[in-house]
Order: sequence, then structure tokens, then C-alpha cells
Amino acid sequence: MWTLYKKEIRSYLGSLIAYIVIGVYLVLTGLFLWFVDGNNVFDLGIASLQVMFDIAPYILIFLVSAITMKSIADEKRLGTLEILTTKPISDTAIILAKFLASITLISFALMLTSVYAYTISNLANPIGNVDWGAMMGSYLGLLLLSACYTSIGLFSSSVTDNQIVALLSSMVISFFFYNVLSLLGDVSWLDSVGRSLSWFGLEFHYNSISRGVVDTRDVVYFGGFTAVFLGFTQLVFESRKW
Amino acid sequence: MSIEVKKLSKTYGKQVAVNQIDFKVNTGEIVGFLGPNGAGKSTTMKMITGFIPPSSGGGTVCDTDFVEQSIEVRKIVGYLPENNPLYPEMFIKEYLTFMAGLSQVKDIKNAVDHAIEITRLVPERHKKIGQLSKGYRQRVGLAQALLHNPKVLILDEPTSGLDPIQVSEMRHVITDLGKEKTVMLSTHIMQEVEAMCERVIMINRGTIVADEKLIELKSNHQSSLEEIFKKLTQNVDPI
Repeated sequence: MWTLYKKEIRSYLGSLIAYIVIGVYLVLTGLFLWFVDGNNVFDLGIASLQVMFDIAPYILIFLVSAITMKSIADEKRLGTLEILTTKPISDTAIILAKFLASITLISFALMLTSVYAYTISNLANPIGNVDWGAMMGSYLGLLLLSACYTSIGLFSSSVTDNQIVALLSSMVISFFFYNVLSLLGDVSWLDSVGRSLSWFGLEFHYNSISRGVVDTRDVVYFGGFTAVFLGFTQLVFESRKW
Repeated sequence: MSIEVKKLSKTYGKQVAVNQIDFKVNTGEIVGFLGPNGAGKSTTMKMITGFIPPSSGGGTVCDTDFVEQSIEVRKIVGYLPENNPLYPEMFIKEYLTFMAGLSQVKDIKNAVDHAIEITRLVPERHKKIGQLSKGYRQRVGLAQALLHNPKVLILDEPTSGLDPIQVSEMRHVITDLGKEKTVMLSTHIMQEVEAMCERVIMINRGTIVADEKLIELKSNHQSSLEEIFKKLTQNVDPI
């Protein structure tokens, strides 16, 4: 499994995908945090990364989909899936290796934004007076959210051998679970039904964990969500056997 | 007994691709698996290598059940799929090292060097797979199947699309390999079989129509292999 993991990482680094993804992530979050007029750090006058944490889930929808679109779809297109699945490695191990490789890349991009955190803490008055709990919670939230997006991305990539289809369907599904479900909570005529639906959305749990309180219910939700989509991926993967 | 297949069947919906076939391949044999396109050659090979499970029936490779213990079987089988899928953006050595890792080879470096040597890839070994000619690509595919020193080789149309010189080189490589390993190769080119195989299994529309030593098959029918092939596979009226 680690052989495949290493190969995936190397293929990210060998193609431009890794650099583009990390670059785009840093540039976009940086722009929104420091430069875009209206609610950047200086306009708000609050030493917090909240602006970044609000925008990052949307940027990640796009980036994670871009990272994962190739992972299974391309193996199908090239036919190398047949080589892979006739080596002594289980289908589950193949999926997990690809999942972990994407997560590693994303975590690296997330980690680099700690530079922003350092800057913010130096801007605070007195220096270092930052809500570290909320910040750590938000980082954890982003990581768990990325895990969910990655599992959606792998699933989308497994249902097609066309990368563009994989990219688009992954973005649509991710957006649906992150945003559309939580918007339903605001629809007045849906009332309590809408609010229950929003509980199933990713945003609800992301916001909850962002406050800095790591509630096991949220963690279990994210873990379960990821497991369900990885399970779907495995099902599609095995559908060749039907 | 290297490969033993019992009542192996595969159906896609109502279409029967492979219909209850039985055959055996003895250790050290080179067996040609013949049939027209769509006869069920590839499907049979895919079932033995564990890519798809059979609809019914099964069998063993070196006394290991290829349905129940697929992962174990994959360790002792080298498989070259039809069309030889490869990653064009990888370097030959990089690809073979990756494949050796997947096949759980212990001494990866030696295994890769050895495979490059026996498939005569040495002059091209530093290139990217995408830059190779079709003949060399085919050898990379074969090298990939040899890395873990498998007891059994299953090659699906190993010479398709090669020029005559490449074909004869590929035949040499396979014949050499056949001295130590059991080889089962599929093809629909008759000269191929006459050049390499001791035994022939002929399949048509999912059923076996001949399973004999090449010499016996020829003497029984008193004609060339091509004539026999035509006779055995075209006796069904076209629809």
C-alpha cells in the first residue's frame, strides 16, 4: 500500500498539479485575508484568521476536486487499473493509498498558511493575543472537511474515465453537502425539516468545530461521512466484478 | 499441475462469454490459447488473474484457488493484459520499481535490473515510457510481469501490433522464459503458435473446441494449423 502511496505522491510532485494547487490555495486565501477590500484583516481590525476560514472551504471544493479527479479515472482510461488490481494488493488498500496521498498534499497546503497565523499573532495587541483554540479548531475542521471532499472526489473519479466529468461531479456533490444543505436550514417554509437537513451538511459541523470546541459528534460525523464515500468508491470499484 | 480450470463460466447479462470450460496446463509447458476475437480468451485470463471473478466454476494456479485466494495467486502469476496498459509519464526504471514494490519483491533493485536485462531493454532503460516505440513498450509490459519471478506467466496477445522483427525478438524472449516457467499465451496468429507452443487450446464462442499437443493436432487433422483453426472456429453458421 505504501508503494502505491509513494507513487501517487511522486506523480503529484512530478506533474504540476501539486504546485498549482498549493500555489492557488495560498494566493487565494492570502488575497482574501490581506487585500480584498471590505473585510480583510485591516478593515475589520481583528487579529483573527476568520476571513480565511470562511473562504477556505469553497476554495478547497475546487482544489480537492482537481487533485482527485485523475486518481481513478485516469487509471481506468489508461487500463492500468487492470495491472493494479491483478497485483497482490486489495481494492481497499488501493483506495486508501490514493486517499492518503491526496490528504497529505492538502495538509501540506493547509500547513503553509501557518505563516498567516504567525503574522496575525504578531499583529495582535498585545502580541500573541489570538484565540488559539478557535484557530486550531478551524484548522482541524479544514482538515476533516478536506477528508470529506477527498472521499467525494475519489468517488466521482471512480464512476467515470473522464477527468472533466470527475471534476465537475465532485464539485457539485461537495458544494451540495457543504453549502446547499445548510442553506435549506434557512428556508422558512421547511421549518424544522430544513434545520434537520442542515445538520447533515458539512458546514454545520465545520462551523461547530471552528469555534474551538472539538465535539466528538462532529469528528464522528466527518469520519463517518468520509467512510461512507470511500465505501461507495469501493462499491463502484468492485462493480467490474458484477 | 500449474493451472487447472474446472467448469469455468462467465456470463454478462444473458450473453455467455465463457461456457463451462475445463483445461489443465502442466508445469513448464508453453501453451497457446487460440480463438477468434471475442471467443473468450481474455475473459478467461482475466478470471485466472483475479481481475474479474467467474460467474461459476473456478480452478487453481499451483494448487492455490484463484477465486478464494486471489491475492496469493497474484503473487505467483505474472500477467500481461491485452493492449499492455502503462503510465506514459513514468520512466522505465521508475515504473518497474513501482511494480516490484506492488508485487512485494524483496530485492527490488536486482529484480528491476534483471527484468530489464532479460527483456533486452538495456539500451532504452533511461527513457520515459511515453517516448518508447511500441515494441519496447511491449517489453516493458513483459518486464513488469516478470519482476517477482513468477512461476506462471499469463500473456494476453503479447505480440499484437509489433513489426516482424519485434515479433521474432518477442518470441525468443518468451521461448527462453518458457524453459523455466509455465507460460500461457493467447493469440490469433497461427505462426506464433507454431513457433512457440507445445500445446494448443482452441476456444470458440466460450467453449473449448480443441486441446491437444500441436503435433498430434496436425497429424489428426492432416492439414495446417490455419486450416484446422478455420475448420474448428467457423463451423457455426453466421447469424
